[in-house]
Amino acid sequence: MHPILKLLVQRIALSLLLLLAASAMIFIGTQILPGDVAQSILGQSATPESLANLRAELGLNEPALTRYFDWLFGALQGDLGTALTNGRDIADSLGVRLKNTMFLAFWAALISVPLAIFLGLLAVRYQNRWPDKLISAVTLTSISIPEFLIGYVLMYFISVKLGWFTSVSTIYDGMSLGEKLSAIALPVTVLTLVVLAHMMRMTRAAILNVMQSAYIETAELKGLSMFNIIRKHAFPNAIAPIVNVVMLNLAYLVVGVVVVEVVFVYPGMGQYLVDHVAKRDVPVVQACGLIFAAVYIGLNMVADIVSILANPRLRHPK
Amino acid sequence: MSDAMLKVRDLKIGATVYPPSGKPHDIEIVHGVSFDLEKGKVLGLIGESGAGKSTIGLSAMAYGRGGVKITGGEVWVNGQDILKHGIRDLRRLRGADVTYVSQSAAASFNPAKKIMEQVTEAAILQGKFSRKEAEARAVRLFDKLGLPNPETIGNRYPHQVSGGQLQRCMTALALCPEPDLVVFDEPTTALDVTTQIDVLMAIKAAIRDTGVAALYITHDLAVVAQVSDDIMVLRMGETVEYGTVDQIINNPQEEYTQALVSVRSIDHEEKQPTPDPVLSVNHVTARYRGTNFDVLRNISVDLHEGQTLAVVGESGSGKSTLARVITGLLPPSDGDINFAGRTLSPALEQRSKEDLRELQMIYQMADTAMNPRQTVGTIIGRPLEFYFGMRGAEKRKRIKELLEEIEMADGFIDRYPAELSGGQKQRVCIARALAAKPKMIICDEVTSALDPLVADGILKLLLNLQKIENVAYLFITHDLATVRAIADSIAVMYQGKVVRYGTKSEVLSPPFDDYTDLLLSSVPEMKLGWLEEVIAHRKMESAGN
Repeated sequence: MHPILKLLVQRIALSLLLLLAASAMIFIGTQILPGDVAQSILGQSATPESLANLRAELGLNEPALTRYFDWLFGALQGDLGTALTNGRDIADSLGVRLKNTMFLAFWAALISVPLAIFLGLLAVRYQNRWPDKLISAVTLTSISIPEFLIGYVLMYFISVKLGWFTSVSTIYDGMSLGEKLSAIALPVTVLTLVVLAHMMRMTRAAILNVMQSAYIETAELKGLSMFNIIRKHAFPNAIAPIVNVVMLNLAYLVVGVVVVEVVFVYPGMGQYLVDHVAKRDVPVVQACGLIFAAVYIGLNMVADIVSILANPRLRHPK
Repeated sequence: MSDAMLKVRDLKIGATVYPPSGKPHDIEIVHGVSFDLEKGKVLGLIGESGAGKSTIGLSAMAYGRGGVKITGGEVWVNGQDILKHGIRDLRRLRGADVTYVSQSAAASFNPAKKIMEQVTEAAILQGKFSRKEAEARAVRLFDKLGLPNPETIGNRYPHQVSGGQLQRCMTALALCPEPDLVVFDEPTTALDVTTQIDVLMAIKAAIRDTGVAALYITHDLAVVAQVSDDIMVLRMGETVEYGTVDQIINNPQEEYTQALVSVRSIDHEEKQPTPDPVLSVNHVTARYRGTNFDVLRNISVDLHEGQTLAVVGESGSGKSTLARVITGLLPPSDGDINFAGRTLSPALEQRSKEDLRELQMIYQMADTAMNPRQTVGTIIGRPLEFYFGMRGAEKRKRIKELLEEIEMADGFIDRYPAELSGGQKQRVCIARALAAKPKMIICDEVTSALDPLVADGILKLLLNLQKIENVAYLFITHDLATVRAIADSIAVMYQGKVVRYGTKSEVLSPPFDDYTDLLLSSVPEMKLGWLEEVIAHRKMESAGN
């Protein structure tokens, strides 16, 4: 077997193992929470008999391990159970929410990733001169301001004062793509501002690190222009660290956008999770946790795979 | 202007320095150097580190490394003063008219791109050749430089070829755009001697066949004597002596040049082995974890009290691994090690404090072997505290004694490593090893990173200390001149085995085994025409076989 294939298989197996561990943690975490699901559904006035009936119905009398495996195998087959609060199938409601979150994350990533890398390259090209300092100052400022504040400020100026975009980003089926994009313009802007600095700084640092190498001097002594040196010789060797931080930020765009979703009343996963945590709807919380964990682990796995593939020593062994 | 293709007049180069204490300031590192180089000729620039030879070489491309700036003088290339060029004109010059071969091809090739792409890049970009022409030319150069599979080697990545091959690829890279001038900056310094000789021959033939002019920068006078027409000896940014190769080698005028020519003046009388050695390595075999081949195979050597055993071999021969096994860093898979009459436990963790004290080590890179935030006093004082529990005035007195032994003044006690020269740093490391009062010191390439004259001083010091302290040295080196200077016995290692072992006079006297013969005959000698002689001799031998 090609050694790189072995590495990739190992890395993927590790991810699956991690996901399994994460599922166990999520299950244990929800189990040790105080309180009783049956009690919280039926409320204070429940009779002991109705409580016992409900427990039996929900399978709460089974041993924890049995319940864990039931839940896990269910999840593997796409059955995430039913929500306690409204009795709906979780997979169905979650599917819609997940699609919305992915939609928002996709557009935010489509703008922020190329922009961050471009700004990073620009900062390297004009290192320690005013464009570099300006880029750093602006991106660091935007990451330092809490995202809800940026959200409300944008909302005030752009939707209230200028009226360009709506302040409520609710989207639903039947909207055209243009309408949807117009609706999410503001949250996408906020998310871009939030993730930009991290990726831009990492791009800058990774490329500057490579720029110290002797082969960059070789390129300079070949008479290459600064732009060509960065593009042809520095960037290909800086891909691994850049992809790593890009993936971390993509993961954040999926799992960390609760605040932005709430601010803009966007019907995504984050809001769904927060709603059900408040109502102590354990199966929903478990399902959300599992999906967030899968996204995080999956994206980091992609980052590692890209790093492995980007390494010529691994790709072309002796 | 005359017909010299490179004319340098009164070149002055400055740099900004950042001392550990004090403000950054500008200093001049090259103080008015002038020379001429005609088409098809080779000028050797020789000197110790800090002599400014690389800096001068790069000025032929109007390039300054880091904070280095050309502050005055003229550099005429093909009748144009390139110091008056703007960056656009310079880019047109670099990689087209003047090209550069660096010391470490391994670092100077982009690891992510194929060799062919990098070799032809400048020629294509500068519009000298089309891609097809450039690639055909590269293949011809690969062939001329004696690279295996010249048709396909360009499709490989840099890590897929050996160090010596990559250095030849770098030469092809420099010659591909048909330049008028090539700057060779220590192109064979990082190579093993047996590899160096092939690369030297290839470079020399390529220079002759292409009729290109070359600046050849090196610290090794014996090497430069083989390839140059003229030699300029530099010291601290000034010309010491400038003449034909014949005059510099056979009739040096200046004292400094004479010292360079006659370096390695150490006269060391070989001591005879004693009945019970301080260290005996018995049938040691070792491999690194996770690998499936033995890096050491059945090694047996003895080291006698107060004597020096030189372990000599090329990179990958296993000589440093032997040191790791003796120190306990790598437990052997077979065999044992006797030291001072007892068997050492294989692993470091099980060794007693006494074992640790009696067996000290000095490393190649003195820089990285010291904590940069500790003073010399703290560094030398540490083993005094650790092994002998010394404190306060007693410790300080002992540190001063040790400083005296390594011929350094008391004043250094409060200095930091960054304030010392390379030779001084290595001396401090020697003092630190001696502080433990060891029976034996492992010296791992301790002079390899130093200039010849400085290295000479260190070797003399080590021999002198051996007389006073009666300490034994296991001296690991790839440099046969060093071996000749200090060894009592020698072990020649090749591919994890000891191929020749005995007293110095035995090992260095014929009849030789094949490898030792190759090794000994590859060491450049300070005489004109040596390279041709060796090559002719080898051709004759292989024809005879």
